[in-house]
Amino acid sequence: MSAARYSYVGLNLREQDAQAEHGAQTLIFGFWIFLMADLVVFALLFATYAAMSVHGVADGPAPAELFSLKMPFIETLVLLLSSFTFGMASLALKYSAKRSSLAAWLLVTGVLGAVFVAMEISDFATYISEDQAPPQRSGFLSAYYLLVGTHGVHVVSGLAWLLVLLVQLAVLGRVREVKLRLLRLALFWHMLDVVWVCIFTFVYLFGASA
Amino acid sequence: MEDGYWLLGRLDWQALPFVRAWRHPSVSEWIGAGAGGLVVIAALAVLVMLTRRKAWRRLWDGWLTSLDHKKIGIMYVVIALVMLTRALIEAVLMRMQQFAAVGDPGFLSPEHFSQLFSTHGTVMIFFMAMPFLTGIINYVMPLQIGARDVSFPLLNSISLMLTAAGAALVMISLVVGQFSTGGWSAYPPYTGIQFSPGVGPDYWIWAVTLSSIASTLSGLNFAVTIYKERAPGMTLFRMPLFCWTTLCTSILMIFAMAPLTVASLMLALDRYAGFHFFTAEAGGNLMNYANLFWLFGHPEVYILILPAFGVYSSVISTYSGKTLYGYKSLVYATLAIAVLSFTVWLHHFFTMGQTANVNAIFGIATMLIGVPTGVKVYDWLLTLLRGRIRFTAPMLFSIMFLVTFVVGGITGVILANPPVDFVVHNSLFLVAHFHNMLIPGLLFGMIAATQHWFPKAFGFRLDETWGKISFWCWAVGFYLAFMPLYALGLMGAMRRTSEWLRPDYSPLMLIALLGALLLFAGFVSLLVQLGVSVRHRDRYRVPVGDPWDGHSLEWATSAPPPEYNFALIPRVEARDAFRQMKRRGIAYARPEAYTDIAMPKNSAVGPIIGLAGAGLGFALTWHIGWLAVLGFSVIVGAVIARSFVRETERLIPAASVREHHERWLDAVAATPRVPRVQELCPSNRGHAEPMA
Repeated sequence: MSAARYSYVGLNLREQDAQAEHGAQTLIFGFWIFLMADLVVFALLFATYAAMSVHGVADGPAPAELFSLKMPFIETLVLLLSSFTFGMASLALKYSAKRSSLAAWLLVTGVLGAVFVAMEISDFATYISEDQAPPQRSGFLSAYYLLVGTHGVHVVSGLAWLLVLLVQLAVLGRVREVKLRLLRLALFWHMLDVVWVCIFTFVYLFGASA
Repeated sequence: MEDGYWLLGRLDWQALPFVRAWRHPSVSEWIGAGAGGLVVIAALAVLVMLTRRKAWRRLWDGWLTSLDHKKIGIMYVVIALVMLTRALIEAVLMRMQQFAAVGDPGFLSPEHFSQLFSTHGTVMIFFMAMPFLTGIINYVMPLQIGARDVSFPLLNSISLMLTAAGAALVMISLVVGQFSTGGWSAYPPYTGIQFSPGVGPDYWIWAVTLSSIASTLSGLNFAVTIYKERAPGMTLFRMPLFCWTTLCTSILMIFAMAPLTVASLMLALDRYAGFHFFTAEAGGNLMNYANLFWLFGHPEVYILILPAFGVYSSVISTYSGKTLYGYKSLVYATLAIAVLSFTVWLHHFFTMGQTANVNAIFGIATMLIGVPTGVKVYDWLLTLLRGRIRFTAPMLFSIMFLVTFVVGGITGVILANPPVDFVVHNSLFLVAHFHNMLIPGLLFGMIAATQHWFPKAFGFRLDETWGKISFWCWAVGFYLAFMPLYALGLMGAMRRTSEWLRPDYSPLMLIALLGALLLFAGFVSLLVQLGVSVRHRDRYRVPVGDPWDGHSLEWATSAPPPEYNFALIPRVEARDAFRQMKRRGIAYARPEAYTDIAMPKNSAVGPIIGLAGAGLGFALTWHIGWLAVLGFSVIVGAVIARSFVRETERLIPAASVREHHERWLDAVAATPRVPRVQELCPSNRGHAEPMA
C-alpha cells in the first residue's frame, strides 16, 4: 500500500496515516457516485427535452424559430474558460506555495461563472419579453427552461460553494478539509461543463439548424 | 389576496377535519376527524411521556443526534412500524367499505375512499417499505462486512431525518387539509392543478420528494460503504448474500430514484408555475409522466424485494444449519435482476397505446426476470434440502415466502402477456398480484429480519410463541385477503372503486375483509410479542451475542454490540466468516493489543435539516412564502455552518475498549455453549455449540 497508489491527482495531502488517506479516498469516491446520480437527472431532462422539443411545440415557437447561436456560443466560451481557470486553481493548489495565486484563480473562475449565469438570465428575459416564449407557452418551452435552468441552478450552487470555500481558505487556510472540498468542487465544475457541452450541442446547435 | 395570506397561505379553518365533521356530519367525516384526533392525541401523549420521564435529553443525545448506524437503523424501523400501523388501518377500512358497498354507497364518501387508497399506497411504499429495508440494511450491513460504521455517518442521519420529514408531512395531512386522491402513482392530468386544485397532490409531491432524495443519499452511502469499508479479507465474493442484495438495491436507488424526483418536480412546476409537462393542453404529455414514474417505479419493486431476498438467504441458511446453496448463482441472479429491472417499466401501461411490437418486447423482458428469480427459489430450496431445519418464526416466514412468492410470480408472468393484461389491467387481479409479490417479497422478509436480528440489536430474544401466532395470522390472513381478489378481478371488479353494483361480489368481499382483519391481528401479535419479550427480557437475554449459531460477522460481537461494533476489526478468510471461525476454534480469541478507535461525534445537523425540510414541504403545500424561505435557508445554512466544524470525531481510548471487550470475553468464557435443541430455552445465552 504505497502512498502514491492512494493519492489523488491534484492533491498533496501528505497524509500521516493510512486511515486518513482511506477517508480522503472514500470521500472522493462517494462524490463521484453523487455526480453519477446527478447526471441521471440531466439524462432524464435531456430525454424529456428530446421528446417535447419535437412533440410539445403546440402553438408556440419551434426551436429553430427561437434559438440563435451567438449568445449560447459566447456562454460556451465563458464556461469553458472558467473550467480552464479552475484547472489553473487546481494546479496552484497542488504546486504553488502561495495561497494568493490559488485564491486569484478561484476568483477568476467565480467571476466567469457569474458572467455565464448573468448571460443566461438575460437570454431567458429576452425569450420571455421579446419572443413571447415563457415556459407556460408550450411543453417544449417548459422542457427547455427546466433543462437549461437546472444547469443554471447547478452553476449558481457551484458559485455559492466557491464563495464558502474562499472564506474557508481565508479563515482555515489550506487545511485537509478545504483541499478535499476544492477537489470535489473542481469535479462538480467540470461536470457542469460536460453537461453544458451537451446542452449546446443538442439544444442550440441541433435546434438552430433544424 | 385575502388578509393573512402572507402569514398562513391557503390555510383556513376548513382545513381541519374536526371543523369539516362539525359542519357536514357524516360517518365518513367522523372517521376523518377521528383519525386526525388520534394523530394529535398520540403526538401529545408522546410529548407528555417524554417530559414526565425527563427523557428529552436522553432522546436527543442518545438517539436523534446520534450518527451510529445501529441507532439510525432502529429509528428507521420505528418510523416504518408507526407508518405500517396507519396504512394497515386504512387497508382494513377500505376492505370494510368495499364489503359494505355492494349495491350501496357504503359508509365512506368516494372522496374519502380515494384518499385512503392514495395514502395507503404512498405510505406503504415510501414510508413503510423504504424505511423498513433502509433500517435493516443500516443495522446489519456494516456489521456483516466488519465495518465500524457507514462511510458517511452524517449523511446517514440526514437521510433518516428527511425520510422522517416526509412521513411527518403525510401524517400532518390527516390533521391539516386533505391528502391526494390521485393514487400512489399520482397520474396527471388528474393530479394537475385543473382537476385537483386542492392541497392533496402537493402533500404527495413534497412528501415523496423528501423521501426520494433521502433514498438516493442512502443508496450512495450504502454502495460506498460496501465498496470501501469491508474488513481485511472480506472480498466481494466472501460477503454474505444480504450485502450483495444491499449493494444491488443501493445501485438501483442511485439510478432509479432520480426519475421520481424529476417527475414529481415537473408535476410541481405544472401545478405551481403553469408549466406544461403533463397537462392535457399546450403540448403537455401525460405519457411522459407515466414513463418517468415507472422508470422509477419498476426498479423500485426490486429495491424493495432484493433486501428481503438477502434476509431470506441469511435466515434459510442459518436455520437449516447449512451454507447457502449456489452462492455465486444467487449473486449473479441478483445482479441480473438489478439490470433487467430497468428494461420492463412499460408493462405498467401496456394499454396506453404503443404498438404491439413495443408491448411484446417489454412483455418478453418482464417474463425474463422470472428466470433469475426462479434460480433463486431453487437455490433456497436446495439450501433447505437435507438441512437440519428449525422451524423458528423467521424460518416460518421464509418458507411461507417461498410458497406464496411463487404464486405471485406466476400471476406476474400471466400479466406480462400484453393481451392478457388488456383484459385484467387495473382490475383487482392486479391488486392481488402486487400484494402477492410485496407482502411475501418485502414485508415477510422484514418481519423475518426483525425476528432474526432483534436479539443482536437489543440483547434479548423475542417471544417465540407470539412470533408463531403472528406468523399464522399473517400467512392465513394473506391468503384470505388476496386470493379472492384474483377471482374478483377476473369477474370484472376494477381497483380503486368505492361502490359495487354486482351482488355476487359480496361473499368474496367478505372473505377478503376477514383476511384483512386477520392480517391486522398478525400485526397486533407482533406488538404483543414485543411487549411480552420486553417484560420477560431477563429470561431471553443473549449477552454473548450468537443465539442462532449464525454464520456471518454480525454474530461475532456482543449483543447489543458496542458503538464501534468490533474491538478489533476481524480478519476474514472465507465465506460464512464467523461460522469458519467457530469451526476452527478461533472465535472469541483474545486480541494481543488494542488501539484507540475514532468514532463520529453526535451532530444536530440531521434533525435540523429534517425539521426544516418538513417545514419547507408544509410551506410549499400551503403556499406560505416566509416559511418556505426560512426552511430553505435553514437547510443551506446548516450545511455551510457544519462545513466550518473541524472536530467531528472523538477518540475512544484503547484502555476503555480493552475493559469493555475483556469483560465480554470473560462472560463468553463463563457462559456454557448451547446446542440447537435448546435454542429457544432460557439456557440459550447466545453462546452457540457449533453444528458439526
